[in-house]
Amino acid sequence: MPAESGSVLLVGVGGQGVVLSSAVAADAARRSGFDVKQSEVHGMSQRGGVVSSHLRYGPLVHSPLIGAGEADAVVALEWNEGVRAIPALRPGGTLIVSLDRIPPPSAFVDRHGGAVAYPAVAPDTLRRTVPDVRAADATSVAAAAGNARAMNSVLLGILSPLLPFPAEAWDGAIAANVPRAALEANRAAFAAGRALRFPAAPAPGTGRPRRRAPAEPPSVGSVDIVDAWCKGEDCAICVRACPEYVLGFEPDARPVRAVRPDACTACMLCEILCPDFAITVRRAAVPAGPSLVAAETT
Amino acid sequence: MSSIAASSSSIAVLLSGNEAIAQGAREAGVGVAAGYPGTPSTEILEALVRSDPDREVYVEWSSNEKVAIDVALGAAVGGTRALTTMKHVGLNVASDTFMTAAYTGARAGLVVVSADDPGMHSSQNEQDNRFLARFAGVPLLEPSDSAEARDLTIAAFELAERFDTPVLLRTTTRIAHARGLVTLGERRAPSRAGFVRDAAKYVMLPGFARRRRVVLLERLEALRRHAEETPLNRVELRDPAVGVVTSGIAYQYVREALPEASVLKLGLTHPLPEALVRDFCARVGRVLVIEELDPYLEEQLRALGVAAEGKRFFPRAGELSPDGVRAGLRAAGLVPAGTPRTPAPAPATAARPPVLCPGCPHVVPFLALRQLGAIVTGDIGCYTLAASPPLSAMDSCVAMGSSIGMAMGLVRSGGASGPVVATIGDSTLLHAGIPALADAVANDTPLTVLVLDNGTTAMTGGQSHPGAGATIRGDGAPRVDIAALCRALGARSVTVVDPYDVAATYRALEKAIASPGLSVVITDRPCVVAPVKIRDTPFTVAAERCIACQLCMNLGCPSIVWADERYEGRHKVAIDETTCTGCAVCAQVCPTDAIALVTEGAPAHAG
Ligand SMILES: Cc1ncc(C[n+]2csc(CCOP(=O)(O)OP(=O)(O)O)c2C)c(N)n1
Ligand code: SF4
Ligand code: SF4
Repeated sequence: MPAESGSVLLVGVGGQGVVLSSAVAADAARRSGFDVKQSEVHGMSQRGGVVSSHLRYGPLVHSPLIGAGEADAVVALEWNEGVRAIPALRPGGTLIVSLDRIPPPSAFVDRHGGAVAYPAVAPDTLRRTVPDVRAADATSVAAAAGNARAMNSVLLGILSPLLPFPAEAWDGAIAANVPRAALEANRAAFAAGRALRFPAAPAPGTGRPRRRAPAEPPSVGSVDIVDAWCKGEDCAICVRACPEYVLGFEPDARPVRAVRPDACTACMLCEILCPDFAITVRRAAVPAGPSLVAAETT
Repeated sequence: MSSIAASSSSIAVLLSGNEAIAQGAREAGVGVAAGYPGTPSTEILEALVRSDPDREVYVEWSSNEKVAIDVALGAAVGGTRALTTMKHVGLNVASDTFMTAAYTGARAGLVVVSADDPGMHSSQNEQDNRFLARFAGVPLLEPSDSAEARDLTIAAFELAERFDTPVLLRTTTRIAHARGLVTLGERRAPSRAGFVRDAAKYVMLPGFARRRRVVLLERLEALRRHAEETPLNRVELRDPAVGVVTSGIAYQYVREALPEASVLKLGLTHPLPEALVRDFCARVGRVLVIEELDPYLEEQLRALGVAAEGKRFFPRAGELSPDGVRAGLRAAGLVPAGTPRTPAPAPATAARPPVLCPGCPHVVPFLALRQLGAIVTGDIGCYTLAASPPLSAMDSCVAMGSSIGMAMGLVRSGGASGPVVATIGDSTLLHAGIPALADAVANDTPLTVLVLDNGTTAMTGGQSHPGAGATIRGDGAPRVDIAALCRALGARSVTVVDPYDVAATYRALEKAIASPGLSVVITDRPCVVAPVKIRDTPFTVAAERCIACQLCMNLGCPSIVWADERYEGRHKVAIDETTCTGCAVCAQVCPTDAIALVTEGAPAHAG
């Protein structure tokens, strides 16, 4: 049995194929004569949450989990998840990360300031923390090789020279685990990933400072209601239309009220839709609320 | 998966713990297997079906865990080896039978698998089910990896038959969903010993049960003697300064963190082999108990008078990990305190909680309930995600089927500030909701019950249920008609509505809430992910029409993102056409008609 041992953490978003990629790598380890353990969590996280799979190989493996700061490599199918997994890497470990971005719905919640809570895509910045970052536009590489959906095989291809598994072990593992219809596309994507060289030659346009999006004035408003003109709960068009749930009724009270006045973004829907012209919205100049992650991407 | 090939020879293959249990059951000649899906147990029966193309084994998704264990018990009484699988909280549901099956025993082996979820990756609590084995008085086996999952499954069937008792095989997430090398043996055809009438054993009238209670206690003594000898409990003597008593996944972490320590590795953890434990503890200096979750072993060691240390150093809450074991050993002074390596810091990242899928049929009903100001008792399933922003439309979720009873209590408390609506999935209604709905009808409760019928058990990956019209093997099957069921239970107002129709869903719920007495609204649309992926023509946003009002963002659809372009300071939106399922819900809420179908070849909007 080979004497080396190692740990690889694979991460991504539910539905991206983390579990399949990990199964391929684990099978390649087995075919290379190693003992293998692998651990992942199925279930709730597969609904668009974070999916991670720990893979450990060696002459004899006990724990299926990698300790914090002990992974030799992280393979991330999505940018944000690659950044999140950095603490899993040992010093000198390799971060293999796709430039694919899947911002979660919760990245778009700063309705007043409009800050996007998603880390900027900047491999150069990461290299200050992790010297060996192998970032690739895996989906484009896979598309060029025949099928964009085989992007995870591109990343396995990038991983493959770092692990002591012979090429036949990888090929056998891909053939045994990938559905037949997608096999050739995944073989081609794997080969394309394996052929990539790092550090990559800078793509045209990179290296220049990124231009930050100009700061926009925050979007904040306030609502004026002409009580006498409001028909009350029988109408309630404005209450149902307001995207911020600003408007509502006190129990049994006729005129509509701003029950969450601070949430108003001055989108004007209530003013436009009120059949009785009872509402006037004023855009107010108020300083921006606390922005989330300083992460406006360009 | 493909790993459990049809032919089995002595080669090592990579199997998850769940696949290994299925394999072990096949090698033990299991004849009947029944379970209810629940993470992390679900894949056991799915692997069993894949391993059995010739249909030698009867396998079913039962409507709940109580039914599943009854099916398995009946099968074992009928003389064939039987397996029942469930997650930890499923054993609460099955425990009524479980507790008394410990009295009856069975003819053929009955193995109950409880897959616990320390850390609550996908669960509402992290109860330690080892205590239930002790509570019931049945033997408890705890595998520590996939290879043992297979071995202990086979051992469980043998133990069950030898001692005429159900056996609890308890796994955890890191056993069930971890893969390791397993050497396969030969599969056996199901055993068929036949039914033998024995009322004194199977009819638990008090007179008979009193005698069986004595049998149970005698059996436990015999099992305790067996526990002293079985190779499932083994002493690994190394450095005698420290002795670790451990079981399950914790064993693996201990072997890595403290490779030189002596270890008492317990595979059969109920009843405890007292002499073996005493003997081991006498041969080592300091005794540590390292176990996940509660101090199950530790308390028993203390009761034996052993000065064992455990939860002083190791966490009781959450999942154990190699790091957690190392931290505990540092606190115990067993590994050098030193500074633990500080991992590289991660830059700020976006949180990524689970969310409802693009096109999920559960979105619109909850959007409506929020607008209607309802107090919503929830239940367990994908729809529980409606409790999170932006829908934020669920006020409780406790256990499967609790929504209806809790809603009744809320109504009767007089404390509800708005209309009370119970929301329950189709699988959950058929699991534990029917008695509660009957209760609500019979007690004339002013209440709205919303049944979210997506035709499947989605949260756990799309398993069939009695309303799905299919078996676990994918064969067509008669199905329970949920609307007819509600009417048969006595509900007079039952409305079926398409949740992709925003206005119709809103109006149906509004009407149900306004009407006196009990009303049922059923939303009828299949899950877009499982058992089949549903994709329709995607939608797109005409940027020039978008006024960035954010109404569509309130759906929480992952396909709708902020565009860079802004309108009056707010982000306009864009739709990711590769993930949009074409449900058309966002198009219905858009006040400016900016969202329309992607039309082939042409730009989405002429203007
Ligand atoms: C007693 C018990 N058994 C099993 C589970 C696991 N479980 C959680 S949600 C769920 C499925 C719910 O299905 P359904 O009600 O149809 O909702 P859906 O996920 O399809 O929206 C299951 C089986 C549990 N939490 N509790
Ligand atoms: S799996 Fe189905 S039911 Fe669950 S969130 Fe996705 S679409 Fe909705
Ligand atoms: S049609 Fe709209 S709401 Fe439906 S999946 Fe597509 S983007 Fe999401």
